[in-house]
Amino acid sequence: MAYVAVKGGERAIDSAHAWMAEKRRGNPEVAELSLDQIEQQLGRAVDRVMGEGSLYDRELAALAIKQAQGDLIEAAFLLRAYRTTLPRFAHSLAVETTNMRIERRISAIFKDLPGGQILGPTYDYTHRLLDFGLTEPSANAPAPTEPPDDASMPRVPDILGAEGLLESVGAPNREPGDLTRQPLTFPADRDVRLQALARGDEGFLLAMGYSTQRGYGGSHPFAGEVRMGTVAVEIEPAELGFAIDIGDIVVSECQMVNQFKGSKTAPPQFTRGYGLVFGFSERKAMSMALVDRAMRAAELGEDVTAPAQNVEFVLYHSDNVEGTGFVEHLKLPHYVDFQSELQNVRRLRDEVERLREAAE
Amino acid sequence: MMDTLSPGFGDPVADSQACFRAVLDAMSRPGRVARVAGVVPPAPLGVAAAAVALCLFDHETPIWLDPRADACADWIGFHTGAPRVELDRASFALALSLPDFASLTAGTHESPEQSATIVLQVASIGTGSAFRLSGPGLRTPTVLRVTGLPDDFVARWDANRALFPRGIDLVLCADDRLTALPRGIRIEEG
Amino acid sequence: MKGYNFAYLDEQTKRMIRRALLKAVAIPGHQVPFGSREMPLPYGWGTGGIQITAAILGASDVLKVIDQGADDTTNAVSIRRFFARTANVATTTRTDEASVIQTRHRIPEKQLNEDQIIVYQVPQPEPLFRLESSRIETKRMHGLADYGLMHVKLYEDIARFGQISISYDYPVMVNGRYLMSPSPIPSFDNPKMHMMPALQLFGAGREKRIYAIPPWTEVRSLDFEDHPFRAINAPDPCGLCGATDSYLDEVVTDDKGGRLFVCSDTDHCAERRAQGHIGADGMRDAAE
Repeated sequence: MAYVAVKGGERAIDSAHAWMAEKRRGNPEVAELSLDQIEQQLGRAVDRVMGEGSLYDRELAALAIKQAQGDLIEAAFLLRAYRTTLPRFAHSLAVETTNMRIERRISAIFKDLPGGQILGPTYDYTHRLLDFGLTEPSANAPAPTEPPDDASMPRVPDILGAEGLLESVGAPNREPGDLTRQPLTFPADRDVRLQALARGDEGFLLAMGYSTQRGYGGSHPFAGEVRMGTVAVEIEPAELGFAIDIGDIVVSECQMVNQFKGSKTAPPQFTRGYGLVFGFSERKAMSMALVDRAMRAAELGEDVTAPAQNVEFVLYHSDNVEGTGFVEHLKLPHYVDFQSELQNVRRLRDEVERLREAAE
Repeated sequence: MMDTLSPGFGDPVADSQACFRAVLDAMSRPGRVARVAGVVPPAPLGVAAAAVALCLFDHETPIWLDPRADACADWIGFHTGAPRVELDRASFALALSLPDFASLTAGTHESPEQSATIVLQVASIGTGSAFRLSGPGLRTPTVLRVTGLPDDFVARWDANRALFPRGIDLVLCADDRLTALPRGIRIEEG
Repeated sequence: MKGYNFAYLDEQTKRMIRRALLKAVAIPGHQVPFGSREMPLPYGWGTGGIQITAAILGASDVLKVIDQGADDTTNAVSIRRFFARTANVATTTRTDEASVIQTRHRIPEKQLNEDQIIVYQVPQPEPLFRLESSRIETKRMHGLADYGLMHVKLYEDIARFGQISISYDYPVMVNGRYLMSPSPIPSFDNPKMHMMPALQLFGAGREKRIYAIPPWTEVRSLDFEDHPFRAINAPDPCGLCGATDSYLDEVVTDDKGGRLFVCSDTDHCAERRAQGHIGADGMRDAAE
């Protein structure tokens, strides 16, 4: 009988998992992907998974991508679930992006600037023509190298800030919050907001950032600077009393510079939106900076009318691991509630019918 | 110093789970007395107070430690990592006599959970002054006997209870026995 | 399981959840925020319930897991396996043998006892969320015990339909103070929450909230004097065991309107049948 179909859940799960593993491997005559290949040749996917998975580990991210058959949200989820119960030994000091070993650094608001514009490994000026040369393995000609530029590369906002044209932002005089330990509370301070955005879904941030450019909470943004490169991560163990370098990570940073006409308390000046993301993830860093600025509307005395300015809305819906779980959980059985609704609708219809008959 | 400290739980995972279930049971059914084990307590703590500390304290919970329990400060610091703070900033107060409820944080109406819990070591549970308890968790009123609570305890508790949903929760410990009094429970002289 | 702590969660996380649970029990019906972790199961699959179960479970516990009242639904199987694997605890499908019962969408028919804990999986802990989307606002309302919004909604229901139109996740008042979501159980189950001998714990992983109802606590489904609370259930007895007092699943048997009503609580139904109770379809079933 039909209801018997719900029996055998145990066997069904095992079979589903076996089938999924087979699908993941695909045709066994095709060589299996190695983690090195993923890490080296799908680097942008690795970057995205590290960012949204909140764990900087290229090898584990590559493993997650392989395990998830290239489903990057699923891969980020795998990484999150792994990181969440890892013991914590220390908190790093703030990374100093001024000292970044630059691979890319551009500013849209100055033609030239100290340290220069460095295009780096970008798709920006490629023509998006499918390169059929890549259908076959090929030896790549090495990229021309120039001696590294030792000139200092001040961050563009620091150049503007020196003149007082850009708001100054002091570091908070307390430890930053940590969403992975303490649940979100409101009002959410900027440190926590930035953390949520850095972990947030690239697509969601892109759409939110884009909406601010189309009139939903516009803030007249200029890309003050986008930089990408390697920074050192340091910790300062209490028993040592000085900082030690524990390794390097690649990050992308975006400083948006936004027009601000001034308020009763602040003179006209430029304001900031900030984005910082693991790896080479410029699209996300820029989107993040737009959304960060949008969420500062209330603080800067602007009207809060648009979705991107609504802190609660943005922060509660930016996490794709949460979002994908809750959307997809609709496929779990809900028949108890549905049938409760069935009885309910029948009862409501009977009542309407009864009233109609009584009225006639 | 460190090498003179007695160890924490013999089996940290199982012992803290057992201790937690005892506290949860006591908080759910106020006045229910449970026994705990698994630790050789440092003086002046008994087994129960020491176990509750190991079970619930860590570096995320600032604690106030009764100055008369200074002798166990290193033990608690080493095994839990909990920072020692003033009463008004503490998540837990580990006390040998009942502190003034008003000197601890009772939470806010919107976040009443941001309140302190007192872990109070008393002389005995099961003997002594009788208190009649009623409220959530109790089908019918029950009697709890405790030696070591102040004479004006019921009046002080009434003032704490009047703050509900704000307020202080109390875990009582004596030797290896513990029980709990959540903020909403009604207490009368038995 | 190699490489993982007992019951999966690390001890630091368990402590955090345990502290939240104690606060939740002390403030019945109040949603306590907690540092919910990503679990190896997706949000929406019961991560809140799983975290609570992981934080309370001990080696001597006997665990029962149900989804839609059934032990054999795939998600129940998956969660039960998770704990069998990570905590090596005994599991059961028998309600009376379990010391901890994790559930999604149902309360077992058999009355729970003083020595049991029931852990509910909660997708949306905020009972007011359909009426007010901002959690800043709903938090303020809970702080003030200002539940006018919900009463207005129920009143409008009555004005429009002649009755309250909520059939599941029917809001309750706990101990006369907090408005609470009972989780998406059918309203049929609501009365079981009132003065339940067992401890009731609720976990919402994605929303990062824990709440609780101590044993023997008043839990009242919202209603009006002239429109008292009424549970909804199918009007038929169970086709297999003949029970008239259990919540029933409606099973479609053909495409011509054929229906079979059977107990949603599979353990309850099996036990009744073992005792010799037979429903109209159970008879037919046996004859086939």
